[in-house]
Amino acid sequence: MNRAAIDLWVGVFVAIGLGAILFLALKVGNLLTLDRTPSYRVEANFDNIGGLKLRSPVKAAGVVVGRVESIRLDPKTYAAVVTMRLDRDYEFSKDTIASINTSGLLGEVYVGLDAGGDTAMLKDGDHIGKTQSAVVIEKLISQFLFDKAAQGGAGK
Amino acid sequence: MPVAATADSHATLSPTRRLDPAAAAIELKDVSFAYDTRLILRGITMTVPRGKIVAIMGASGSGKTTILRLIGGQLRPKKGKVLVGGQSVADLEPDALYALRRKFGMLFQFGALFTDMTVFENIAFPMREHTDLPESMIRDLVLMKLNAVGLRGAAQLMPSELSGGMGRRVALARAIALDPMLVMYDEPFAGLDPISLAIVGQLIRRLNDALGITSIVVTHDVYESLKMVDYLYFVSEGKIVASGTPAEVRASSDPFVRQFVDGQPDGPVRFHYPAPPYHRALLANVE
Amino acid sequence: MSSEATGDLVLVLRRLGGTVTGGVARLGYMARFLGAILWYTPMALRRLHLTVREIYFSGVLSLVIILMSGLFVGMVLSLQGYEVLRRYSAQEQLGIVVALSLVKELGPVIGGLLFASRAGSAITAEIGLMKATEQLSAMEMMAVDPIARVVAPRFWAGVISMPLLAALFSAFGIFGGYLIGVRVIGIDAGAFWGQMQAGVNFWPDITNGIIKSIVFGAAVSLIAVIEGYDAKPTAEGVSSATTRTVVVSSLAILALDFVLTVFMFRGVGL
Repeated sequence: MNRAAIDLWVGVFVAIGLGAILFLALKVGNLLTLDRTPSYRVEANFDNIGGLKLRSPVKAAGVVVGRVESIRLDPKTYAAVVTMRLDRDYEFSKDTIASINTSGLLGEVYVGLDAGGDTAMLKDGDHIGKTQSAVVIEKLISQFLFDKAAQGGAGK
Repeated sequence: MPVAATADSHATLSPTRRLDPAAAAIELKDVSFAYDTRLILRGITMTVPRGKIVAIMGASGSGKTTILRLIGGQLRPKKGKVLVGGQSVADLEPDALYALRRKFGMLFQFGALFTDMTVFENIAFPMREHTDLPESMIRDLVLMKLNAVGLRGAAQLMPSELSGGMGRRVALARAIALDPMLVMYDEPFAGLDPISLAIVGQLIRRLNDALGITSIVVTHDVYESLKMVDYLYFVSEGKIVASGTPAEVRASSDPFVRQFVDGQPDGPVRFHYPAPPYHRALLANVE
Repeated sequence: MSSEATGDLVLVLRRLGGTVTGGVARLGYMARFLGAILWYTPMALRRLHLTVREIYFSGVLSLVIILMSGLFVGMVLSLQGYEVLRRYSAQEQLGIVVALSLVKELGPVIGGLLFASRAGSAITAEIGLMKATEQLSAMEMMAVDPIARVVAPRFWAGVISMPLLAALFSAFGIFGGYLIGVRVIGIDAGAFWGQMQAGVNFWPDITNGIIKSIVFGAAVSLIAVIEGYDAKPTAEGVSSATTRTVVVSSLAILALDFVLTVFMFRGVGL
């Protein structure tokens, strides 16, 4: 086999190989779905983020409007500081409430945004004041049992 | 070329018919070599004068090929010195060794042609690796070398399409591709039919004289080497047991030389592999 | 009696120790060999056509087996995944299951195993044969280092080909999964692709798969060239070296896969 034919075949091989990587990146993965669209960052503090992870979705009314970009712990207040990157197309009022939710009982964890009535809108770098932390099932259960016990004691 | 004429023509070149160390291209001084503990060579001393063909003869496994590898610097002697042009090969830095090897050509036992290249590319290989010659000049040089071995017509064949003798000739053309000062032949006659054998033998002699090369031929083919070489060394069990010019070898009464030249099955080289006496081995069963 | 048992124990321990030190020495030798390859890499890259030629032999000629296997593995994954997901009424998650298992694991690992048996064994056999027929010695005597001329191009061709082959394996696998899941079983195409996109991240899922395949490509190529280079220069020597290449590199792929997975995927949620 001569050199030109080998060059051609290797060229074809490398091209379709790179094509496959591109296919994986764009069609299978979500390389460009969010990172390319113009966006802005907002922060929110939570007492507990539960199972929230990097790149977890941020949803408003069930629609994905952004992704979690970073999660860190504030060493002074011991609160979790979650930075979210939101789609520029969607604006939220200053008094929006951010909450940590779970889709279904065992589903993925996401940040839910509930818009308020303020006319001023969140801007890049703003802080969301009102948050609702993740529901920790163990705490719920112990609280429930404690309440029951307290009720029982009162009833006697 | 008649046998006697060859010998005589050299008698004029070296009147004493003794090898002159001053003109030595290659010298081995008391060289010993061992693979781990297995001793291959013990105290070999030999001289290869410039422009001559020297044969190293011996039975298979007597350490002949090892001598070539020592000269080429692929192995290092355990003791003694291998001098090429006065330099000790084992003491050369890798770069200097590679520079030295560029002046060497080697014909391997079965040619060792690169199986994935055409005959043309095989011969062009050392030129492409070591020179920046333009393609047109490489083409001319390759065809010239191929013409010298009579295989210009086979340039575009693959090595697998060549007969044994043709392969050997192509390898010979490759060995002289860069006009070396020394060519080493490792069993150039092994497995060749009588015609190819005569062709290769004649080529070695002709190229040696035409290009002023020094040649070392490792072989066990007595008749062919007696026809063409200037001097012979006989190696057995890692030692040089005899040496001399072809005429001396023919006339020699040394038992080893006689066994080798006359092809006797038993002699100094034993027919039997070392073993306890036969009768004792037979009686061992009875006991 | 007891001294005999002690003797046996000593023998076992000695053999065990020998195996361990032998293995460590082998690793050191491989590292040194890799060092030599890297040292000669600039020299090898100056003649790019040598590497391109080897990409043809190890990459292009492996295409058919890789594409076919990818397609079938994807189709089987789709069938099996559907069986399980249906129990939880989560059929539309099939896209994620197929894509993640292919991209993170099966593409690099099965692709690597196929590469080892198709290309790795061929490299070992070729280099071993070159050694047996003294072609490597001949090269050395022509003042050309076989590591630069023969070994380095084959090594780099493997490192370059493997990630492309693994990506093609995954892509064809996902296509196979799509064929079965959407065309045959009848899952909604939008759900299949949509769930996949939502669940598979380019970084780190796909990039980690690519890293894995590069590591596997380097490991298989290194083992293949070393086995060929060290093969006994006889017919049996070459054939046993070829077998060893397939066995050793398959084990290496699976062991490396475990190590890489531990390192890569544990910390993703942080």
